[in-house]
Amino acid sequence: MAQTDAPAGVPNSVPALLARNVANFGSKPAYREKEFGIWQSWSWAEAAEEIEAIALGLLALGVDRGDHVAIIGRNRPALYWSMVAAQKVGAVPVPLYQDAVAEEMAYVLEHCFARFVICGDQEQVDKVLEVQERVPQIEHIIYQDSRGLRKYDHSKLHSLTSVQAEGRGAQERLGQELAARQAELDFNSTCVMLYTSGTTGKPKGVVLSNRNIIMTAKASSEFDGLRADDEVLAYLPMAWVGDFIFSIGQAYWTGFCVNCPESAETMMTDLREIGPTYYFAPPRVFETLLTQVMIRMEDAGAFKRKMFHHFLEHAKTVGPQLLDGKQVGLVDRLKYALGNFLVIGPLKNTLGLTRIRVGYTAGEAIGPEIFDFYRALGINLKQLYGQTEASVFITQQPDHEVRPDTVGVPSPGVELRIAENGEVFYRSPGVFVEYYKNSEATASTKDPEGWVATGDAGFIEEGTGHLRIIDRAKDVGKMADGSLFAPKYVENKLKFFPNILEAVVFGNGRDFCTAFINIDLTAVGNWAERNNIAYGSYQELAGHERVLAMIQSHVEEVNRSVAADEMLSGCQVHRFLVLHKELDADDGELTRTRKVRRRIIEEKFADLIDALYSGKAQQYTETEVTYEDGRKGKISATLELRDAMVVGAAAETRVAAE
Amino acid sequence: MSGAQGGMAMHDAGQDVTVTADGRTIGGVVMEMRNITLRFGGVVAIKDISFDIREGEIRAIIGPNGAGKSSMLNVISGFYHPQEGEVIYRGSKRPPMKPFQVARQGIARTFQNIALFEGMTVLDNVMTGRLNHMKATILDQAIWWGKAQREEVENRRKAEEVIDFLEIQNIRKTPVGRLPYGLKKRVELARALVAEPKILLLDEPMAGMNVEEKEDMSRFILDVNDEFGTTIVLIEHDMGVVMDLSDRVVVMDYGKKIGDGTPDEVRRNQEVIDAYLGVAHD
Repeated sequence: MAQTDAPAGVPNSVPALLARNVANFGSKPAYREKEFGIWQSWSWAEAAEEIEAIALGLLALGVDRGDHVAIIGRNRPALYWSMVAAQKVGAVPVPLYQDAVAEEMAYVLEHCFARFVICGDQEQVDKVLEVQERVPQIEHIIYQDSRGLRKYDHSKLHSLTSVQAEGRGAQERLGQELAARQAELDFNSTCVMLYTSGTTGKPKGVVLSNRNIIMTAKASSEFDGLRADDEVLAYLPMAWVGDFIFSIGQAYWTGFCVNCPESAETMMTDLREIGPTYYFAPPRVFETLLTQVMIRMEDAGAFKRKMFHHFLEHAKTVGPQLLDGKQVGLVDRLKYALGNFLVIGPLKNTLGLTRIRVGYTAGEAIGPEIFDFYRALGINLKQLYGQTEASVFITQQPDHEVRPDTVGVPSPGVELRIAENGEVFYRSPGVFVEYYKNSEATASTKDPEGWVATGDAGFIEEGTGHLRIIDRAKDVGKMADGSLFAPKYVENKLKFFPNILEAVVFGNGRDFCTAFINIDLTAVGNWAERNNIAYGSYQELAGHERVLAMIQSHVEEVNRSVAADEMLSGCQVHRFLVLHKELDADDGELTRTRKVRRRIIEEKFADLIDALYSGKAQQYTETEVTYEDGRKGKISATLELRDAMVVGAAAETRVAAE
Repeated sequence: MSGAQGGMAMHDAGQDVTVTADGRTIGGVVMEMRNITLRFGGVVAIKDISFDIREGEIRAIIGPNGAGKSSMLNVISGFYHPQEGEVIYRGSKRPPMKPFQVARQGIARTFQNIALFEGMTVLDNVMTGRLNHMKATILDQAIWWGKAQREEVENRRKAEEVIDFLEIQNIRKTPVGRLPYGLKKRVELARALVAEPKILLLDEPMAGMNVEEKEDMSRFILDVNDEFGTTIVLIEHDMGVVMDLSDRVVVMDYGKKIGDGTPDEVRRNQEVIDAYLGVAHD
């Protein structure tokens, strides 16, 4: 079908890109990692040598062409090297989510039939060993951090350094074989296989070719003018397609440096020390950061607080205009400069965001207030819309055309089409090859002409050509009276309140809408402290009278705003409850990328939904929870169910329905 | 993890090196307490106690409140000098020593009531543990030249290794006074470890901790023993922890030794059961 050769001037595989980078800027830093309190760095030439040693070691262990090599761990240079080393020997790297419990891991390892697993540390090795009976094909487990593993049976367990030493020793014997295997790689060979977290059903293995990754990386790097002297912080899960595109695709294409934090807990400090110029974070990270800043400002002295709010207010009107290249009066410019000197600059520095040229957020809708806050700081924060199946990029916002309610224009090389039912389709060089061992799902997602269904409903805005996403296509439904039901639209409005972490709205085929709310422990906890409200546990705080009253006021405010939209005014929340536990990926309620799994929540909390619709004021419930180590337990609670005020026509239907 | 198996280790008197069920090597006797008696005025804190500590093992001292456990640890660390009996360290009798001299012999400790410098950062606290490894004079340090500089680099490197090992990188620059209790305990362990001790004395390392913190701490103790081969002597109240962690246990009650053996042996010892269940002493 497609040509096996890359366009002129484009290397046809990631290892070939590596070789090009060594030739072009061999002594420039390629990777940095903070360890033992110091940033260690590796130049492109040094990284290439490390990768070569791992690749030779893998050959010595007997990795074949087409083998799947599973990689599990937090972002560390050695694990990125392992992925490229696997590609070099003709194998396919399969990064896994490191926080997955053993059970989930077993499914993926079984499905891709991995014979080799490369783990970050003991925790990951333990999980693999735990499920070994289910995946007996695993021949070798390689680990990076030897801590705690000394007394393990080493017959099939190897440290990465010993694998590298073995590889260096075998250079003469295996060097030719390695060169031959690398030469076999072309534009169509598989670059990586990534498992989608899947809001429904079992994860699917998305096969992405060198063409997918390299063409997407090239187009997106050029779109934003990424350069070899850019810096990124690699802190998002390695199993997520975004990290693969940023930390391998774009990094290898442009030659910028990938920085790995010391540990998950030190991320914020490391971010500040590195000061990335190109930064990606899901909306949740920006939300958390903003919440923390606001909480700390509440605790600051009156003078500082006033100054902060004064200049921030001003920056909110002027900052985004400056970013969009609009005309701003001299007085406003001067005041913005003063604010920048006194408040905004130091704040950005504290957050580690001073040097950002390009910032992206995606995955979920971001609250307009949150978006505006960062834009006010003068941070060029933009939105993009993407999928694993598209090698990330479908649409993105160009500089100077940034708005919170759109996801931008089609990325270079991407064609968009809106189907009659509103579903968004796309076609691009980044479109995935297939779902591994699942031709049925491949056929139902990708048509013979290469158009892929996103599963999202949206429309292209007249005039600007920007894409707007309404909701997951399969979640959009009709209420009993035939009006449109778009849960995500309401949930996002709810989640824009710092006190609300997560919301799930029900109402498909019903007379009215109801909602589950999760409070944000940081924000509500701080509020409780300031208001002298004592609480012993999450559950107690979530059920507190005044917390419920506060959430009720938020819900009612959302209702007023939803009522303003004629098409969606039926989606006002009539009744709600505050859940006694946080929705959690370990319990299957969220995906690993923290998206709500509606069907599972509906089944699991069926008693609560019934209670909401039957008009009860209280409901006793028992819920199974999974702890981080995989053990299960039960928590029980009696929840209070509340009515919220609704506005306009919806209020009357409700009365009629009762 | 597999600490319970560790307790199964058999110690044959005639044999110097044993390998535990979980693959750790336990060497010969490194320290021996012979007929130790310690009195404070008329109060007898320790009465004629003898036991030994073998290289690479985790040795627990347990007993009800006031049994003399901490006194025993203070004898080992050289803080108290027993009126009778002798401490044999590496085959020879140890003369009465100052605690810093004992520390120089490779014995480090943590305290029951945390004894850290509250106003200093975690890193600085940990660095103080390297004191015995600093040989540069005050003058050298003042002009920051040659040896002083090399030493500082070496000490910082060691401190950072321990910080990494105990996973406290995120609080490296935090003043200790701001930390919660469980973390302070971990910082204290870090300060003891950074001295690269041969024997590590832990005085109730898990007192006042919640279950999760206890699990973490147990894990670190096992890892220290496993990774550096450090001999560990610990006092602990939590029976579950002691039985899981230790290879051998000494049981004390009213200053006397009433049991000594593997956790299983100790658990079956009638005298120990009585002491813990509170049988009347006549």
